[in-house]
Amino acid sequence: MLHRYAVPLAIFGALALAPLLGFGAGHSLSLLARAMILGLGALGLSVLVGGAGLVSLGHAASFGIGAYAVVMLDAAGQTNAGVVFPVAVLAAAVFALLTGAVAIRTAGVNFIMITLAFGQMAFFTAASLSAYGGDDGYTLYARTRLFGTKLLENRWFFHYLLLALLVLAWAAGRRLLASRFGRVLRAARENPLRVQALGFSPYPYQLLAYTLAGALGGLAGALLANATEFVAPSFIAWQRSGDLLFMVILGGLGQLHGAVLGALAFVLLEEYLAELTPHWRLIFGPLLVLVALYLKGGLLGLVQRRG
Amino acid sequence: MSTQLLLIQALNGLQFGVLLFLVAAGLTLVFGVMDFINLAHGVQYMLGAYLGASFAAATGSFWLALLLALPVALLAGLALEWLVFRHLYARDHLAQVLATFGVILSLNQLVRMVWGSAPLQVPVPALLEGGIQLMPGLTWPTYRAAILLAGLATAGLLWLVVERTRLGALVRAGASNAPMVAALGVDIHRLFMLVFGCGAMLAGFAGVMAAPILSVEPGMGDTVLILAFVVIVIGGIGSVRGAFIAALLVGLIETLGRSLMPDLMRLFLAPSPARQTGAALASMLVYVAMAGILAWRPRGLFPVRAG
Repeated sequence: MLHRYAVPLAIFGALALAPLLGFGAGHSLSLLARAMILGLGALGLSVLVGGAGLVSLGHAASFGIGAYAVVMLDAAGQTNAGVVFPVAVLAAAVFALLTGAVAIRTAGVNFIMITLAFGQMAFFTAASLSAYGGDDGYTLYARTRLFGTKLLENRWFFHYLLLALLVLAWAAGRRLLASRFGRVLRAARENPLRVQALGFSPYPYQLLAYTLAGALGGLAGALLANATEFVAPSFIAWQRSGDLLFMVILGGLGQLHGAVLGALAFVLLEEYLAELTPHWRLIFGPLLVLVALYLKGGLLGLVQRRG
Repeated sequence: MSTQLLLIQALNGLQFGVLLFLVAAGLTLVFGVMDFINLAHGVQYMLGAYLGASFAAATGSFWLALLLALPVALLAGLALEWLVFRHLYARDHLAQVLATFGVILSLNQLVRMVWGSAPLQVPVPALLEGGIQLMPGLTWPTYRAAILLAGLATAGLLWLVVERTRLGALVRAGASNAPMVAALGVDIHRLFMLVFGCGAMLAGFAGVMAAPILSVEPGMGDTVLILAFVVIVIGGIGSVRGAFIAALLVGLIETLGRSLMPDLMRLFLAPSPARQTGAALASMLVYVAMAGILAWRPRGLFPVRAG
């Protein structure tokens, strides 16, 4: 049995050392940045899916709202991080609160489909915003300014900022799931009737979890906009939501660092396969099917069975 | 002038609605009877369109193409069921979503490899060229009228089978409580296969019919799939009647919204922002309607499943 912090320490340690160990070039760093940002979003989704049992197929919408908040503020001349990031997080949280209020009233499959539908709503709305490029997207000419400086454009600073945010989000998520709040979520996943009989209404707990996951997604989206310096509706396409769900499962659902591991594996795999062949999705798709069918417990399950 | 446009758009909406119904009917039955969430159902629609396009180009006859495409679409559906879906019935919805998402990625890429990324055009069959004169100076394409009629006829046939035959009684019983039907001595797996095959063929049929009026391209199934999800959620999962009413509703809202919203906005706004907000609002309309209906009735208009 491995020590319970061994795997997360290994993951975060590898991310901390990667730039020093020959992954400090522009391309590798932007690849790792993408992985960490997706990992941040996947963390929120992992709390929802693994903790509360709410399978959302519209999580990319929160990314999109965070990213478009950056775009809209940029177009209005506002690039101060002290304004941009709170607005992005708040906008995504409000969207999650409003859509969650309807979606959580339903259960099971209806929930999956409704979150998918709300995700599409965000997608089509973004595509029709012709002032922000519509389908073609919007290019940011500068990253958000931190305290009036261009610190976010420094790749190394950005790398360690992302890592710090990722570790913070992971630790906060763990605390949340271990708390009373988290126990109600897990209990409602297992048996909602019994939770109600104990005098709890699962609805506000689930809605709050959904809103928090949305807020984290908004932060990740704002960071993604800064990492790529470009935002397009394809960020919110429903396939991105499917990808996020895949990351969570690929890494392993039971523990939050599984989401981070899944995001890393996903981005690296995508990169490797795309270099191999332009038809990489023909390998990726069946792989996804196999993971869903046979890799119960995800990559973490593999690691821990060995240990 | 405006009422004429309204009439045409309403007819287009109904025609789009029956196409949606053909896709949604299979989805809602497969889902109702097998509790299996099949994201790859839209792939059947895409395959139908591509097969129709290929056979039409090879044989020079749309009708022959229709006749050939249907059994091939059926076979493709059964092959997928045998290869992947059958292993998913006993799994949770999360595994089903992921695995069928993987199937979509694979098949979209396969279609791209076989037929290329460029949209294919299918000519309207000679018999149905031209238009029908609805009133002096107002014509509607004959082919669209044919789709509307064929869709209505299929819906009627489906209604007869589901409501008036022994087989239909089994399907309805399966949708309301599948384990009980199995316990009464019905071979539920054969019933599953049959329902699945019919669903796949209906979606393929919709694809062939849509090919001459839409561009046939990779990923065309995804948009339809998501609208079909909205349809079955609004209609109530497992209900063919609900799917029919909801499909017409969604078709009308989608089509009328796109043509009317920008005009409606012009009452309040200047032309350019009116066009933009109108387009954005129009693309949200279906989802807002869905949210409204679900806030009122969380299980849809005609819920089937007991308990």
